[in-house]
Amino acid sequence: MPASDYDSACLPDILPLYYRRLFPFSQYYRWLNYGGVQKNYFQNREFSFTLKDDIYVRYQSFTTQNELEKEMQKMNPYKIDIGAIYSHRPNQHNTVKSGTFQALEKELVFDIDMTDYDDVRSCCSAAEICPKCWTLMTIAIRVLDRALRDDFGFQHLLWVYSGRRGVHCWVCDEAARKLSVAARSAVAEYLSLIKGGDDTMKKVVLSDPIHPFIRESLVVVERYFPLYALQDQDILGRKESVDKVLALTPEDVRKQLQQDFQNEKKPENRWKLLKDQAKRKQGTSKKGQHFEKEIMLQYCYPRLDVNVSKGVNHLLKSPFSVHPKTGRISVPIDLKELDTFDPFAVPTISMICEELDRPRTVEEEEKSEETNDKENEKDAAESRKIRDYKRTSLAKYVKCFDQFLDVMARSWKGELLKKSDLQKDF
Amino acid sequence: MQFSSRRKKFTTNSQTELYSHPLQFYGQPPLENISLTEFETFAVERLKLLKTIENLGVSYVKLSDQYIKKLEVESKALNFLYRPEADDRKPQSGPTEQEKRRKDHISHFILRLAYCQTEDLRRWFIQQEVDLFRYRFNDLDPKQKLELLHRNNLQYDTISVEEKKALHDKLVNSSYAVSGITVEDQDFYKVPFQDALDLVRSRKVYLKAGYVYIPHQDIVTIVLNDFRTRLSKALALTARSLPAVHSDERLQPLLNHLSHAYVGQDYSIQKNVGKISLEQIDSLSGKSFPLCMRQVHQSLRENHHLRHGGRMQYGLFLKGIGLSLEQALQFWRSEFIKGKVDSDKFDKAYAYSIRHMFGKEGKRTDYTPYSCMKVILSNAPSQGDHHGCPFRHSDPELLKQKLQVYKVSPSGIIQILELVKGMHYQLACQKYFELTHNVEEASFSLNHPNQYFIESQKVLGGGRDIKRETDVPQKPQENSTKGPSAAPEAAANTQDVAEMTEELDSFFQDA
Ligand SMILES: [Zn+2]
Repeated sequence: MPASDYDSACLPDILPLYYRRLFPFSQYYRWLNYGGVQKNYFQNREFSFTLKDDIYVRYQSFTTQNELEKEMQKMNPYKIDIGAIYSHRPNQHNTVKSGTFQALEKELVFDIDMTDYDDVRSCCSAAEICPKCWTLMTIAIRVLDRALRDDFGFQHLLWVYSGRRGVHCWVCDEAARKLSVAARSAVAEYLSLIKGGDDTMKKVVLSDPIHPFIRESLVVVERYFPLYALQDQDILGRKESVDKVLALTPEDVRKQLQQDFQNEKKPENRWKLLKDQAKRKQGTSKKGQHFEKEIMLQYCYPRLDVNVSKGVNHLLKSPFSVHPKTGRISVPIDLKELDTFDPFAVPTISMICEELDRPRTVEEEEKSEETNDKENEKDAAESRKIRDYKRTSLAKYVKCFDQFLDVMARSWKGELLKKSDLQKDF
Repeated sequence: MQFSSRRKKFTTNSQTELYSHPLQFYGQPPLENISLTEFETFAVERLKLLKTIENLGVSYVKLSDQYIKKLEVESKALNFLYRPEADDRKPQSGPTEQEKRRKDHISHFILRLAYCQTEDLRRWFIQQEVDLFRYRFNDLDPKQKLELLHRNNLQYDTISVEEKKALHDKLVNSSYAVSGITVEDQDFYKVPFQDALDLVRSRKVYLKAGYVYIPHQDIVTIVLNDFRTRLSKALALTARSLPAVHSDERLQPLLNHLSHAYVGQDYSIQKNVGKISLEQIDSLSGKSFPLCMRQVHQSLRENHHLRHGGRMQYGLFLKGIGLSLEQALQFWRSEFIKGKVDSDKFDKAYAYSIRHMFGKEGKRTDYTPYSCMKVILSNAPSQGDHHGCPFRHSDPELLKQKLQVYKVSPSGIIQILELVKGMHYQLACQKYFELTHNVEEASFSLNHPNQYFIESQKVLGGGRDIKRETDVPQKPQENSTKGPSAAPEAAANTQDVAEMTEELDSFFQDA
């Protein structure tokens, strides 16, 4: 179903269905409970809901999965945000002495939004996206995922499509959740290469020697640059976009290339001419002639909203929340299939709710009888919900989430073992 | 600063121990009583030293030859330690090295009391103390540096020769200080990245699997980071005992005098609320706003929107020049609803943060307008932002164009760009002031956008634009600039010295 078939007016009707039969509560709780390693970790977590007519309620918190389910089914939020783990239960924040209610921990998060790339994409602007510019998100994920794993040593990274025009990353390692505000901003700044606002033309300036992190990032960018920038965005085609690129080169090179481009129209060859100039410069002058790399980075390197990553108490849209404008579900992205991830193929809430109404296949019927026999009454409701989402296009995204959780669960087991060993010692 | 009964037992030993190294982390408060004269002199002189550091940091590259030379002269003049050698011989004149260390120690703790009171004061104090520490640490010989590390529980592992070989190229490319030849002779420390945030932030170190690899000569960053963290925690704790300090009628004025010396003026106090009408803002922005505010104002008028960083910087500035909360709400609302925000959304999404600025929501802190330091150093503008310091955050080329539009003469532009190139952003702004106000040499040293506004109004004969001359209370800044003689006698004349220091002690005990 195309996204245009979704109408936000139908949300009041279908949200109850979504929260009753499709939302993966048990995985969701499994994630945020983090194996119960730390006491009250789930209980002290802030959720905030956006309800109908933009009514915004902060400081929601729940003691159990059951309570979370009940409340969400009661309130049917248009949008769910996840906040920090606090010193006290967020829903009681008014009752504790002022100053003692504090945000203690949260996943390290990153928010990459296509609107921040408006000066370097010609296909769309503002909230629009298309398959051409989506490559920017692919590059962003590749660059950041590598750095967070290899450089910072984090392992549990959950990448999520925001449902509209961007992606989020949740770094869930224990060490990441415990980072101070200063450490979060240091990580974010380490990962930021694009500097300056609308008043800065040249947003990337490299100096010698080029740091290994930048070299590794360049490897990724170089892989996508020809197809993305030269072909899809055609940055060396039209006059004004050529001028924009040339403005990023030294003056003498600019003059030379302006001449050369008169006789050479093919973007690939123009780019080669530019690279040749860079190589020549690097051969003669001693330092800081990396303009071809700077151009690639300025056009393709991920643009982070540092403020989102910095704050421990900053809220971020939850996975499996609906995006009220597009109706698309905010789903985990499987990095094994990143290059083929299509934001337009991500199901909308109306689509999966419709899929529920389709008649079951024989195979499905048999399966459901089997499980019914084996399980007792209490589990039946839960297992029906599992089968419900399995019958929709949400299934593969929940599966991806499951895999992420399985890997993380192994680290909890280690933690729990350590704890019980310690207890034995006493 | 201990109770006298306990003091007798321990003083001698711990004091020798405490002052055995030229540099310390100030982990222990002073364990002795001091005379009131000393108390004042020490505090005022350290303040002079910190002011010197602040001024040098604006005018020179930190740890450049000139910076070091000037700081050395000032340290010497004020009898603070300036050479690290532990020389116990009585010098021909002046205090011994031990006496200087003691003065360093005690004066630091007195200023902690004065400078723990607000976020702004703490930030200023920490910054200057860190810079002072950096300068002194830099002066230590390698052996003394290692000793200091070990005394302060910073024992990191060095990596093996094999590992160093395997990582050779990456190590060379990660540090500006290390060339291929010296990687072999240098020890590299493997440190969790959380302990070396400054190096991580600026990508001046190799980072792998959560560990940074720091060449011995860069270990200073780790030490500074640790120093900053400890000081910041200590100040927060000291601040908690402040109600007690405030209730002390003798101490409070003295400490207030000390703490206000740093900016001279407090721009959060609004003497002229409502004296500016909203209609005047456009014309004032052209005449009397510093470039940073003129720029955000202009972009607000053009885009009918400003992102968070711009709203904070500009909103607090406007509050500082005298907009009332009601005016501010009207000002922002009328502009925003010309854009994509309707009145309803404005009330929901933005009105709160404006009331917040005036201390009417949330923690109810009355926020202070940003100083130049804050505008320059914190929260640099990114895509879609218009805040920040144009001298710091604009491309020189764009800055030049802007200055041309604002009709600065070509020779003036050259002078300004020269200052920018040397990273003297505040001096560049001051030059802009001089050029646009036709003053030969400004009679003030610029450190605050609101100061710029007030000075501009003075030059332009203020009374015409604002119904009444801006009247921000002048604080006794002279204390710090004119020396100990101007110390706050009023606060200190007739007190029982022992009693006072004893109480000082108890504040630190609580902490
Ligand atoms: Zn596009």
